[in-house]
Amino acid sequence: MKKLLYILFVLPVVMVSQENVSGKILEIDNQGNEIPLPGANVYWLNTSIGDVTDFEGNFSITYETEYKDLVVSFVGYKTDTISVNDSNKPIKHFLKATSELDEVEIVSRKKATSKSYLQAQNVMNVSSEELLKAACCNLSESFETNPSIDVNFADAVSGTKQIKMLGLTSPYILIATENIPSVRGASQAYGLTFTPGTWVESIQITKGAGSVVNGYESIAGQINAELQKPTKDDKLFVNLYGASNERLELNTHFNAKLSDKWSTGLYLHGNMHQKEHDVNHDNFLDMPLYHQINVMNRWQYTDTENGFVGFFNFRYLTDEKQTGELDFNPNTDKLTTNAWGSEIDTQRFDFSGKLGYVNPELPWRSVGVQFAVSNHQQDSYFGLREYNIEHNSIYSNVMYNSIISDSRHKIKTGVSFTYDHYDELVELNTFERIDNSIGAFFEYNFDNLDKLNLTAGIRVDNHNKLGFFVTPRLHARYTPWEKSAFRASFGRGKRSANIFAENQSLFATSRAINVIGSNGGEIYGLDPEIAWNYGVSFLQGFNLFERKADVSVDFYRTDFQNQVVADWENPQEISFYNLEDDSYANSFQTEINYNMFKRFDVRLAYKYYDVKTKYLTGKKPRPLTPKHRFFANAGYETYRKENGAQWKFDATYNWLGEQRFSSTITNPVQYQLPEKTPTVGTLNAQITKVFSSKFEVYLGGENITNVRQDNPIMGAEDPFGANFDTTYVYGPIFGSMYYAGLRFRIK
Amino acid sequence: MKKILVIATFLIATVSFAQNKNAKASFEVDGVCMMCKDRIEKACIKTKGVKSANWNVQTHELRLIYNEGKTSLDDVKKNILAVGHDLKDMKATDEAYNSVHPCCKYREEEVKDDHKE
Repeated sequence: MKKLLYILFVLPVVMVSQENVSGKILEIDNQGNEIPLPGANVYWLNTSIGDVTDFEGNFSITYETEYKDLVVSFVGYKTDTISVNDSNKPIKHFLKATSELDEVEIVSRKKATSKSYLQAQNVMNVSSEELLKAACCNLSESFETNPSIDVNFADAVSGTKQIKMLGLTSPYILIATENIPSVRGASQAYGLTFTPGTWVESIQITKGAGSVVNGYESIAGQINAELQKPTKDDKLFVNLYGASNERLELNTHFNAKLSDKWSTGLYLHGNMHQKEHDVNHDNFLDMPLYHQINVMNRWQYTDTENGFVGFFNFRYLTDEKQTGELDFNPNTDKLTTNAWGSEIDTQRFDFSGKLGYVNPELPWRSVGVQFAVSNHQQDSYFGLREYNIEHNSIYSNVMYNSIISDSRHKIKTGVSFTYDHYDELVELNTFERIDNSIGAFFEYNFDNLDKLNLTAGIRVDNHNKLGFFVTPRLHARYTPWEKSAFRASFGRGKRSANIFAENQSLFATSRAINVIGSNGGEIYGLDPEIAWNYGVSFLQGFNLFERKADVSVDFYRTDFQNQVVADWENPQEISFYNLEDDSYANSFQTEINYNMFKRFDVRLAYKYYDVKTKYLTGKKPRPLTPKHRFFANAGYETYRKENGAQWKFDATYNWLGEQRFSSTITNPVQYQLPEKTPTVGTLNAQITKVFSSKFEVYLGGENITNVRQDNPIMGAEDPFGANFDTTYVYGPIFGSMYYAGLRFRIK
Repeated sequence: MKKILVIATFLIATVSFAQNKNAKASFEVDGVCMMCKDRIEKACIKTKGVKSANWNVQTHELRLIYNEGKTSLDDVKKNILAVGHDLKDMKATDEAYNSVHPCCKYREEEVKDDHKE
C-alpha cells in the first residue's frame, strides 16, 4: 500500500522501467451513469500486491507476467476477478452492487405504446405513460388513445362503457389482471370500471387467440393489466380529479418496505358523482349517480438470493349506481310504476396470490403458482325488472418454465383448475350452476434469434359443462428484412356464455326475454360458443425525413363454429339461440406512427369491420358496429428539465362511420328508427404541466366539439310502455365535459 | 457451487465422466451496442452445448451456462472471435472484425463515443 503510494508520487517524475497496469473501477447507477468507485481494493490473486482506488476510481498496480488474475473487491459489491494478459491496455471495470437485480434498464424516451418487433404474438405494450394521456379514471376509459380497441356506451342509462376488439364485444376478450382472468362471469358488464386507472402499471394487448397459458376462453384477444408493485411504486401517490359534471375521484397509494424481503402497498380509490344531469330534456338522467370505494392491499415478497418472488393481494370493492327518471326516489319508487328507476349495487371481494421461483443457478428454470378466489355480488333492478347475480370463483394455475437443449427452445407447461358458482335471479326465474374444469397446457417457443420466432401451444381441458376439449394455438413471427415483422396466428377458443350478465342492458328495455334452447344445452339450455381466430399482420419501421416512423397492417378473421346469438332484430324481444348457420367477424386495421419532429408524435389509424351473423331474419351486419373507424392522436412534450419539469399536450380524434340499428320496422311509426345511425366524430384533449418529478397538474376536455345523440332513449315519455328501449346508443349522451386534476408523489 | 467446481476439476483428472452439465463461466467480450449483444449471444448459443448466454452492454461481461460434456470454453471463444468480437486475451482476425456492422466497430474511439449516453 505505502509502496504503491510512493510509486504513484514517483511516477510522473521518473520513467519507471517496471511495468504497471492501471485502470478505473466504476459502477453504473440507477440512471445509467458511470460513477467512479473510490476505495475499492484491487490486488493480484494469491499475492499481497495491491492498491486502493482513489477518488476518481483510478488505480495502478505493478505487473509481472506471472500475474494473471486481478481481484477487485469492495464492500457491498460483487467481487470480480479479471484476467489480465496485456499490461498496456488500461482496465475499465464495473462492479455490481450485491443487492442489484440482474436487470439493466436502458433509459431513453420510450414510446408510450410500443409494438414488439420480436415476439411471435401481436402484442402492444401500453405503458403508464400512455395511460396518463387521458386522465383515465378506470380501465374501461384507458383505451381511449388506443385504436385497436373500441370504446362505446353499452346503453343510455348505466353510463357503462364497453370495449370491443376485432369487432367483438368484451366477453370474447380474455381480460386478466396480472395474468389471472378477472373480468368474466358476473363482472363482465362493469368489471372494467372496477380497476382504477392509477393502479395500472402497464397493459399488454394481444390481438388474436393469444397464449394457452391463461386458459381457453379468449377468442378475439387478450388484455392483461399489470398493477403497481409495492417495491416500484411511489412511497406516496395522490391523484385528485374533478370534472365539470361534478364527478370527483381520489386515488392514494401508500407503499412501504417493511424488511429486506417484504414490501406492502395500500391503494385507496374513491369516486362519486351525485349531480343530476339532463341535457337532452328527456326526463332521464344522462349519467347515473354513483359512488365507489375500492381498496387494495398488496404484499410483495422478494428474495433474490434464493430466487423467490411473491405477491398477495386483498381487494374489496363496493359500487352503487342509481339511474332513471329525474324524480325517481329509490325509497318510495323502487319496483313501482311511480317513476322508472334503476339501482345497481355491487360488492366484490378478491384474494389473489402469486408465487414464483426462479432457479438462481439456472435462470431459465422457473416455477410459478397462481391462485385467486373472488366473491362477486350484484343486486339490481331496472324499472320493474330485477336482476341479481352472485358469483363465487376459484382459479389456480401452476406453471413450469424451462428450455430444451438451449435457450432458443423454451417450454412452458402446467395445469390449471377453475371453479365458478353462479346464482342468478332473472325477474322471477332463478338459475344456478357450477362450472368447473381441470386442464393441462404445453407451450413451446422457438426463437432462432434472427428471423423466426414461433409459439405453438396446446391445452386439454375437462369441463363439467363444456366436456373434454382440445385448444390449439399457434403464433409465428418472421422478419424478412430489417425493422419488419410479419406475423401469423390461429387458434381456437371455447366459452360458456352468461347471457344475462353479458347483456344486462336488455333489462333497461321492455323487451321480452326469449331463450330458444334447442337440444338441451348445459348452460341456460344453450350450447357453448366455439370460435376459430386467424390473423396476419405486418409491421414495418422506417425513417422518414430522418425521423422514426412505423406502419402496421393487420387482418383478423373470427369464425364461429357455434355461438350464442343475441338477437335484437325484433324490437319487442331479445332472443338467445345457438347459431344455425354462419357468423364471422372480419377486421382490417392499418396504423401509422410518426415522430414528426422532436418530442412530437402522431398516430393515425383506419379500421374496417365486416361483422355478420345469420339471424332468424337473415344474414345481417352486427348492430351498432361501425364499418369504418378513423383515429388520430397527436402528442407533444416540451424539453424535460433536470427536475423533471415539462409541459405535455395530447389530443385524440375519433370518427365512427354509420352503424346499423337493429330492426325497428315492426314498431309504430313514431318508434321507428332509420336503418343507419349518423356518423360521429369526437375530440378529446389534455394538457399536463409537470412542475417537478413530485407534482403535476392536468387539465382536459372530453368530447370538446359537444357531439350528442339527441334521443338516446326510445319511449322515454312512457318508460313502462311496450316500446321503451335504452339500447339504441351510438354516440355520446352527455355533451362536452372538462376536467382538472393533480398528481403528487413522493418517490 | 465453487466447491463443486473445485472438486469436479480434481476429479476430472482421475475420472473422465464427472462433467458439469450446467457449468458457469463469465469473461469480458468487447462490443458497443445491442446489435453486438445479439451477435455475441447468437455465436454462443449456436455452439452446441451452450444453454444460455447473456452479454451486458454496459459491463461487457458475458455470462455463460454450458454443458462441459458437449463443449469447452475454447470452442465458445473461437466462435465469438469468428463473428468479430475481441476477448480480453484474444483478438478477432481483421477479416472477422470487418464483418461486423459499421456502427458496431467497437475498436474505434469514435464509435465508442457514439454509444456513450
